[in-house]
Amino acid sequence: MSNPDEILDPQLQLYEKRKGVYPKAVDGTFRRLKWAIMAVTLAIYYITPWIRWDRGPYAPDQAVLVDLANRRFFMFGIEIWPHEFYYVAGMLVMAGIGLFLVTSAVGRAWCGYSCPQTVWTDLFQHIERAIDGDRNAQFRLQDAPWGPKKIFKRLSKWTIWLLVALATGGAWIFYFADAPTLARDFFSGEAAFVAYATVGVLTATTFIFGGFMREQVCIYMCPWPRIQAAMMDEKSLTVTYKDWRGEPRGSVKKAEAQPGSFGDCIDCNQCVAVCPTGIDIRDGPQIGCITCALCIDACDKVMDQVGRPRGLIDYVTEEDAELEKAGQSHTPVLKTLFRPRTILYFSAWGAIGLAMLFAVGNRTRIDISANHDRNPLYVQLADGAVRNAYTANLRNMENRPRTMEVSMSGLGQAVLWSSEGSRETAGQTVTIDVPADSVGRMRLFVAAPGVGASREEFVLTVRAVDDRTAQDSHNVFFERPESAE
Amino acid sequence: MVDKQRIDEATGTQTVGHEWDGIEELDTPMPRWWLWTLYATIIWGLVYVVLYPAWPMVNSATEGVLGWSSRGDYQKALAAREAELEPIRQALVNTDIHDLPNNPELLNEAVQGGRSAFKVHCVQCHGAGAAGSKGYPNLNDDEWLWGGDMEAIEYTLVHGIRNPDHDETRFSQMPAFGRDGILQSNEIQDLVSYVRVLSNREQQSASSNRGAALFEVNCAVCHGNDAKGDRMQGAPNLTDAINLYGLDRASLTDTITNSRYGVMPRWGHRLDAATIRMLTAYVHSLGGGEAAPESEDTATEQAAIATEAETPVDEQS
Repeated sequence: MSNPDEILDPQLQLYEKRKGVYPKAVDGTFRRLKWAIMAVTLAIYYITPWIRWDRGPYAPDQAVLVDLANRRFFMFGIEIWPHEFYYVAGMLVMAGIGLFLVTSAVGRAWCGYSCPQTVWTDLFQHIERAIDGDRNAQFRLQDAPWGPKKIFKRLSKWTIWLLVALATGGAWIFYFADAPTLARDFFSGEAAFVAYATVGVLTATTFIFGGFMREQVCIYMCPWPRIQAAMMDEKSLTVTYKDWRGEPRGSVKKAEAQPGSFGDCIDCNQCVAVCPTGIDIRDGPQIGCITCALCIDACDKVMDQVGRPRGLIDYVTEEDAELEKAGQSHTPVLKTLFRPRTILYFSAWGAIGLAMLFAVGNRTRIDISANHDRNPLYVQLADGAVRNAYTANLRNMENRPRTMEVSMSGLGQAVLWSSEGSRETAGQTVTIDVPADSVGRMRLFVAAPGVGASREEFVLTVRAVDDRTAQDSHNVFFERPESAE
Repeated sequence: MVDKQRIDEATGTQTVGHEWDGIEELDTPMPRWWLWTLYATIIWGLVYVVLYPAWPMVNSATEGVLGWSSRGDYQKALAAREAELEPIRQALVNTDIHDLPNNPELLNEAVQGGRSAFKVHCVQCHGAGAAGSKGYPNLNDDEWLWGGDMEAIEYTLVHGIRNPDHDETRFSQMPAFGRDGILQSNEIQDLVSYVRVLSNREQQSASSNRGAALFEVNCAVCHGNDAKGDRMQGAPNLTDAINLYGLDRASLTDTITNSRYGVMPRWGHRLDAATIRMLTAYVHSLGGGEAAPESEDTATEQAAIATEAETPVDEQS
């Protein structure tokens, strides 16, 4: 299709109108795989916020909840506090490396099957076909003048799109608050403004991206296609048109008339007709190809009909394509999948996952941190002793109220009390009741004889009274004046 | 340059005509919706300029038809916060100061509020950490010249110390024993020795023994025979480890020769009752706060005076 001698266009436009894509319905292995993945991903998205998970009376009973207001993240049996955000960071790193792994092994599978843009566009296209009819009917309707029938069809299509978009945007907010309560508040008009605003924005983006922008998002807006193109190599699976087998193209009639001078491609254009991004896979690998493999389904069906072997368009690695072209057999699949690059990605991915699992399993749900007063560093008392003050934060990360005991060790002849007590009643420990799943804050006072080192390190330890095995310590300093006068 | 334009073979797209080391650029047209988003941002900009402050003028900027300003936003937020705090302020004023420790939540609110008010009104003398300095009391320690229970602290805050224009102010005056010729300088040195023995800074000596006799005649009337001071007169305890003006010989000599006359402003007519109560709670919470005294006589008397604090004048705005 390219011709170096073609006359240059002096009127080349700076901007180009989107060319409509009207993909034809198709059935086949990969279409069914896409149906299954769409069903699973949409089910996960819509159902997850409604799963209940009993955490006792002091914590929400929603299995997955991002509680921004109280800064807690619940995911089934795991609760994450803000200071444990590295788990979220770790999951993001895993998602990144996972994408490297998938891309290096099976190419742009994310784009083709599980990207929300792909899934929702697919859903919208099915709705479109249900209302407007298949590819050819859609062409006709597009070219038809505006009349009652076209207006009715457009309005009903957009209404259904809008309802799907609303359900999409609506489901999102349930991850951030108790779903049944929020649903009731949302429809009775009592929910927070941010809930309506979020639903509004996500409804609009779903409607526009799924209904009108579609492949434009993949080609012009999304960075992943570019990054993934850089992460693929000659051993990555990609949708390939076997031009060595297909070319030159010719219809069945021509091939019958001149046997031996045409390839397997009968130039039926079915691969182009079913493509959701409107490309021609026979032009070779390109940025617009999301490797959804619907063209494979379409081509296989045609090959069955004309009695030629399947796989004229197929998932093939670049390396295998070269081998096949030269008449040799493919590299074994296992050898392609398990190569240093994928093994390295998988090891890194697995190591991070295991490390996080180990960390989650071993974390203590009690924590103390203490800040020494900086101004004043110390206070001289009337009887010659010196007092230091600390602000201690005691984290009770269990879903029940706990009495905690803070004790002191490593500082001779010192006594400890809190703002609740007094020096007269001071001892070696103080207790505090910390409510469920929250931070108890207390002022700690420590008094020690005025004579001694100007700076002594000692340890504050917190234990839960109901579970003395769980404990946490924090090293702090005791300050004295440089020397008594 | 234009003559280098050609059709790229692989894509069938025209090139721009630039060429660097064999690398050329395809002249792919932009999608038209991209142009629409550009127009949309321009329209957004125009609407914004009309609605919000935008064009800089000589002295100010155009105000925008919505009349929005960041300062106005701040004022609104401040007013909202004030309205939020008002019930707490009311509750503080209406609560008997003896009951405040029994209400931990209100006490905590008071301490937090006092921490802020302290930074505005008190740090100039007492320091950011309330640790004071020579002549300015450290409010963290357990030594109080005029009393360290909540009621005494509040009385000091309301009426101040040694305010010349106020009858109820805390008042006392130590004689300037040297300057006024009451004691000779060698006698003052003997007294210094004795005071340092009292606070375990020096061993007993002939000088301190002479000082003991002088103390009984000149000092005990205020500081007490046991030198443990008298809070009714703000006379410090001389037997403990800390002293507002220092326990070294030079400082003590200066104190006895020239006396001291520390002044604290009274806040009863400057701050409202709630703020004063917050400051009281904060100072009391610093670590040296004392429990209310057992006897009710002085307590009720002082409470009556404290609640009669003058109405604030400069907090009305």
